[in-house]
Amino acid sequence: MWRFIARRLLQAIPVFLGTTFLIYAMVFALPGDPIQALAGEKPLPPAVVNALREHYNLNDPLLVQYVKYLGGLLQGDLGETFDGQAVSDVLSGRWTVTAQLALTAWLFELVIGIGLGVWAGLRRGSLADTLVLGGTTLVIAVPVFVLGYTAQIVLGLNLGLFPTAGTEDGWPLSYLLPGMVLGSLGLSYVARLTRTSIAENLRADYVRTAYAKGLTKVRVVGRHTLRNSLIPVITYLGVDFGTLMGGAVVTEGIFNLPGIGQQVFQSIQLKEGPVVVGASTLLVLVFLVVNLAVDLLYGVLDPRIRRD
Amino acid sequence: MTEPTKAERNAEAELRATAELSATAEPATAAGAATTAAVAEAGGLVSGQSASLWGDAWRDLRRRWIFWISAAILLAVTVLALAPGLFTDIGENENCDPNLSKQGPAGGHRFGTDLAGCDYYAHVVHGAWPTLLIGVSVTLFALLIAVVFGMIGGYYGGVWDGLIARITDIFFGLPFVLGATVILVAFPDHGIGAMTLVLVLLGWTTMIRIMRGQVIAVKDADYVQAARLLGASDLRIMRKHILPNAIAPVIVVATLNVGNVIAGEATLDFLGVGLQYPEVSWGLQLNQAQSYFVDHPHLLVFPALFLSATVLSFLMLGDAVRDALDPKLR
Amino acid sequence: MEPTKDELTKNKAKNKAEDGAPLLEVEDLHVRFKVRGRNVHAVNGLSYTLAEGETVAILGESGSGKSVAAQAVMGILDTPPAEITRGAVRLRGEELLGLPERRRRTYRGDRISMIFQDALSALNPVFTVGDQICEMYEVHRGMRRKDAKAKAVELMERVRIPSARQRLGDYPHQFSGGMRQRIMIAMALALEPDVLIADEPTTALDVTVQAQIMRLLADLQDELRMGLVLITHDLGVVAGVADRIVVMYAGTVAEQAPARELYARPAHPYTVGLLASVPRLDRRSGPLVPIKGAPPNPAALPPGCPFQPRCPRAEAICSEERPPLIQVGTAGHRAACHFAEEVYGAGSDANADSDG
Repeated sequence: MWRFIARRLLQAIPVFLGTTFLIYAMVFALPGDPIQALAGEKPLPPAVVNALREHYNLNDPLLVQYVKYLGGLLQGDLGETFDGQAVSDVLSGRWTVTAQLALTAWLFELVIGIGLGVWAGLRRGSLADTLVLGGTTLVIAVPVFVLGYTAQIVLGLNLGLFPTAGTEDGWPLSYLLPGMVLGSLGLSYVARLTRTSIAENLRADYVRTAYAKGLTKVRVVGRHTLRNSLIPVITYLGVDFGTLMGGAVVTEGIFNLPGIGQQVFQSIQLKEGPVVVGASTLLVLVFLVVNLAVDLLYGVLDPRIRRD
Repeated sequence: MTEPTKAERNAEAELRATAELSATAEPATAAGAATTAAVAEAGGLVSGQSASLWGDAWRDLRRRWIFWISAAILLAVTVLALAPGLFTDIGENENCDPNLSKQGPAGGHRFGTDLAGCDYYAHVVHGAWPTLLIGVSVTLFALLIAVVFGMIGGYYGGVWDGLIARITDIFFGLPFVLGATVILVAFPDHGIGAMTLVLVLLGWTTMIRIMRGQVIAVKDADYVQAARLLGASDLRIMRKHILPNAIAPVIVVATLNVGNVIAGEATLDFLGVGLQYPEVSWGLQLNQAQSYFVDHPHLLVFPALFLSATVLSFLMLGDAVRDALDPKLR
Repeated sequence: MEPTKDELTKNKAKNKAEDGAPLLEVEDLHVRFKVRGRNVHAVNGLSYTLAEGETVAILGESGSGKSVAAQAVMGILDTPPAEITRGAVRLRGEELLGLPERRRRTYRGDRISMIFQDALSALNPVFTVGDQICEMYEVHRGMRRKDAKAKAVELMERVRIPSARQRLGDYPHQFSGGMRQRIMIAMALALEPDVLIADEPTTALDVTVQAQIMRLLADLQDELRMGLVLITHDLGVVAGVADRIVVMYAGTVAEQAPARELYARPAHPYTVGLLASVPRLDRRSGPLVPIKGAPPNPAALPPGCPFQPRCPRAEAICSEERPPLIQVGTAGHRAACHFAEEVYGAGSDANADSDG
């Protein structure tokens, strides 16, 4: 088990380095001089510019800059913005908003997605099944911003069921509608995956055995089918949590949630490299950790691939 | 003793599912029948006779109304994209009257007008071209990358496979919107070509993983071994024996991918980092009108409707093809 | 929960006392599948009886309906698409078809058990074998986990699994094929059922292991006085163990007879063909002759005798009229062939020749 974890961690390191370097390189390829931009119209004295460039390691070659950045990262230092704020301070408040949003969306996927999937999977070919299948296809097809605005206008504004924007009402109320919108895509995939998996497992030989043992239908489905069926679903849900954290830009924008996605998006436009790289690094880290956790969980759920 | 088992199970399963018994005659002709049945069994999406696989799939597909609906919608969108002149006389950003801004659908403007007072219908018609072009070309390029490198990785294994897999992991880990935004902001003057490039860069990973898995599943099949023993070159084996038998699931994913790319492109347009004025696209229309949706819902409804219908058609088409290709689901 | 167990035991005793009724009686069983609006007749009139301690073998090629018939008896057919359209299944005189599912369920695993061909896929991969065996005691007997575990170990020892106690916590994939089949058997016999249906129990195994499993089954059958329904396509498996044999073809009974009688004097050309296509140890024989052609598609059975297209003896009547199951020779020997008497007679001559 520990050797497996160690091996996976070892595999994750080049991926982490590659991904963060890629982001780092792209951000620093952004045109324009951030130091000049900082000063606005007024030209800075060359000495000051040089000092600042030295401070932000801008005079070094890209690779050296990156290594210095990594060195700071290892000590828990995400760097500082060009106007002197610590990147970790800029992100900390935003981080909680995004985490709450992602968690809400994830819970929707988990509860409603699996619920719908089980419901449809047990009744393959029925009206319920067709409805779930059609509904989820539709949700997958409608781009998230269209869905977001429609939900905001209809459910929030016209029907007044939810707060339309902002975070004043706190968790969970303010996050319900955005969470639903953000989670809708994943929810659809979870429902479809669950449905297929359940329907497939219901035809498995061991399900026939379970009936032959004289078990009730509830027990056959609940104990002998569900666990096997949910293995791929849980894998998906795990990986999707990472995606939700990183993919909330649009939802945060529509519902005016000051999350990490909005921050990064604005920072890109403002060419605030350190913030973009810092936030992206954290996102990649979350993604990799979640993936590792999912791999381990998979081994627990399916004894056939338990590692030593 | 395992071969008759397979034949037996295969036949029983077929009886239960389709009533079409495969020709197995145990015990007298068990060995021969077992081979046929084993091939038939393996001939799901993984291997088998590719010609009959596609033939069967087509026969199955013809019976699905979902296939015909999505095909019809896609045909309509294609005509819209290739020959917008058939539907509107107004060119892009022409005949705009700022005094008639944000008018609802009426009279001369059946979809109303946009912020600048341009005919919304004409713009929706013109929006089909970039949308479809980007969706299809991104998928084709990504498919090419996936097929070539997935084949190399899966077939040769070893160092190259490891390298390709790690690079795939790196790109897979990039958050789509943020990654695309960084690149697009770095190159402000981007058109359809640059958009395509960015979307390919961030969108090739899924297909390559599937392709690689397929190649690995197929490459040890008996007929590949046989070809190798007969002295076929690697290139020939890959082209003649592996590709036709490994490609089916990749094609399915590619079809679904066109829909996803279109949605992704529209999202970038909507965020303002994708195509820029004076280009016309559905995502861009939605971007320009986003502050006015509440009071002028037609600005949201029409582009969103065309966009969603197009994406939906690709998804339904992909689903239908997958179901048709997968005999287990029939 | 002790009273329940006593009650059940008493119940069993009472049922056993019921005089006259055979242990298991299957009468004129018909099973139909509805697939895409078409009807497929998988089983068309299967009848047999089974006494305590007796073994009936149901022999047939894949698609002959033998497995479907077994599942119908067991009550685990998927309905729909399957439907039992006619017939009776009686356990000690009690009609099982049409019994409320709630009641029927309590019989499964307790009074009639079933084991399947491929134990690897028939056992649940995500539960330990201990879990799966204990479940029988927990569900049917309301036993606590601890007691159930003790019983499970006992049972695993009984089917001769080495170091049973340690292996209780292992998963099915950690066992060899033969050991897995033993676990299936242990699970099926946990509650000492009256009837065991074994659906191709040895097909997935090596020949040496096959023999071990068949011996184990025979021993346990003697010990428990069970009736055994052995479903197989393999004449070799049937030879030593079956008391009576039912040969099925395309959902119908081609021939049924006491085992010795069937081997010695088959009365159906299909049985003759089967016997000619496998090596026999009991007599010197000529070259092995396969049966030509393939079994018919049950969705489109030919009119008349279903074996007619492959039959070397077929005449005009065979494609027009379905032959009824008629008695030939001794009691209990019946065959569905227009020329049963002739085949029966010829068989005796041929045997006389080769025996002499």
